[in-house]
Amino acid sequence: MAIIEVKDLSYKYPGSSKYALRDISLNIDEGEFVVITGPSGCGKTTLCRCFNGLIPHFYGGEFIGDVIVNGMSVKNTPITILSKYVGMVFQDPESQLFSLNVEREVAFGLENLGLDREEIRFRVNEVLELMGISHLRNRAPFELSGGEQQKVALAACLAMRPKILVLDEPTSHLDPVSAYSLLNLLNELKNKLKLTVVIVEHRLEALVAICDKLIIMNEGKIVFNEDPKTVFSKENINSIKGIGIGIPKVVELYHNLLNSGFALRNIPLSPKMFKEYLLEVVRK
Amino acid sequence: MIEVHDLWFYYDSNPVLKGVSLEINSGEIVAIMGENGAGKTTLIKHFNGLLKPKRGYVKVFGIDTRYATVAQLSRRVGLVFQNPDHQLFAETVEEEVSFALKNFGFPKEVISERVERVLKLLDLYDLKDRSPFTLSGGERRRVTIASVLCYDPDIIIFDEPTVGQDYMQKEKLAQLIKLLHTRSKTVIVVTHDIEFVAENFPRVILLSSGRIIADGSTRKILTDEDLMKKANLVLPQVTQIAYSLHEFGIPKDLLLVHEIRDSILKIFAGGTYDGS
Repeated sequence: MAIIEVKDLSYKYPGSSKYALRDISLNIDEGEFVVITGPSGCGKTTLCRCFNGLIPHFYGGEFIGDVIVNGMSVKNTPITILSKYVGMVFQDPESQLFSLNVEREVAFGLENLGLDREEIRFRVNEVLELMGISHLRNRAPFELSGGEQQKVALAACLAMRPKILVLDEPTSHLDPVSAYSLLNLLNELKNKLKLTVVIVEHRLEALVAICDKLIIMNEGKIVFNEDPKTVFSKENINSIKGIGIGIPKVVELYHNLLNSGFALRNIPLSPKMFKEYLLEVVRK
Repeated sequence: MIEVHDLWFYYDSNPVLKGVSLEINSGEIVAIMGENGAGKTTLIKHFNGLLKPKRGYVKVFGIDTRYATVAQLSRRVGLVFQNPDHQLFAETVEEEVSFALKNFGFPKEVISERVERVLKLLDLYDLKDRSPFTLSGGERRRVTIASVLCYDPDIIIFDEPTVGQDYMQKEKLAQLIKLLHTRSKTVIVVTHDIEFVAENFPRVILLSSGRIIADGSTRKILTDEDLMKKANLVLPQVTQIAYSLHEFGIPKDLLLVHEIRDSILKIFAGGTYDGS
């Protein structure tokens, strides 16, 4: 069942002469793990801002078409209601954090929901543990490293127990091991809590192996919206390169071998899959 | 050109750098890598005197940074920060980029000529009258690069330049680094972006909990699983594939797609291999 439905959406920021989004239609099902990518300025962040109503309510502008989130039209639903269901973590964690300590930061949203103290305390402890940042609870967010800030912003978001989690480059400040463990954690949460996860990201290496769908945008439009293997197929690969998308090396290797006359059964999305497909060919 | 000897630094009581020693020569291109909080940014802030050693010393062009001002050093050592918003302040892109040159007292004609050249180099010329704050993240970052390049320092240091950059911008950054290299500049980059380092940097310095745990050729370091684990890094994807196929005779120290392609074709006979 679609938890996000985008219907013929076009959008223009106030004062801008150009449409940031052009005639977009899209369904995201409950429990899906979706990655949106595309060159800077392609509209991916703008699209995400529609999912919790920041567009049109906060940004204004010209909004044509409709976005239905969890059965509610974002046009007629205030951000305060939408944000109960849609948690959002922005690109620059620093712009999102404001409290003087991590615990207060995470508790803030819960206090606004009017939960009682015990429940707040329970949930704060739960997410700090989940994110592995319990030891930072008394630190000030502004003195943490970029990676730690990213985890705090995500913890504050998860504490609200949203149905949909929208993350704009959530691993940009993390070292690779922390990035992988965060993505695996999101994948686990998706399965455990039936969470719908939407991630905006340039670096696809770690994501293509775990996401259900890969959406590629360019100049305000959706160019591809399929499972990653289909997106990276022989028919599509040149146009994807033309848009300027960083292709995971394992996918690049597949196409390189194919061009040299060495074909694998399918497109591998991880080194593990590559080995599996290669051995099928070799042992035949 | 940069000489660091037994450098110790702490912000309060916890040491962030614990006896770091290294040398970087003129014209080198070096990547500094390591886990979050390893001390990478703290280290590079010593190269232009923003931070002074608590113990040990840092010499840049033979000048001990303890006895030099940031103003003296920054003329020759340009630092491009991680977050452009910490660096930008002027009302227009052009003003922002010419600020340092004005401060250094360059004549007007030189300033306008240089600013124009650098803005064009970084695809910013059409935006020169815009306020930096109305630009996209990627554009703002390029403005910070321009404002450093225009005063033509000998050493250029980038802190996490690929964060939030799309593929094309990363390619352009790689080209820019090559261009700086041909002009005999020294380029130092702090980054987590392993693929970017594998493709563009001959030397890597690996930092972990305030200590240098490796310093040497990129191929040797990035394909060493134990070292990479210690620094919270992962092997490049090509190297991971090479490791998994090592039992068939594929060498482990492969970094680039064409290397592993050739190796696979060689061993499995161009796809005609049928297992018999």
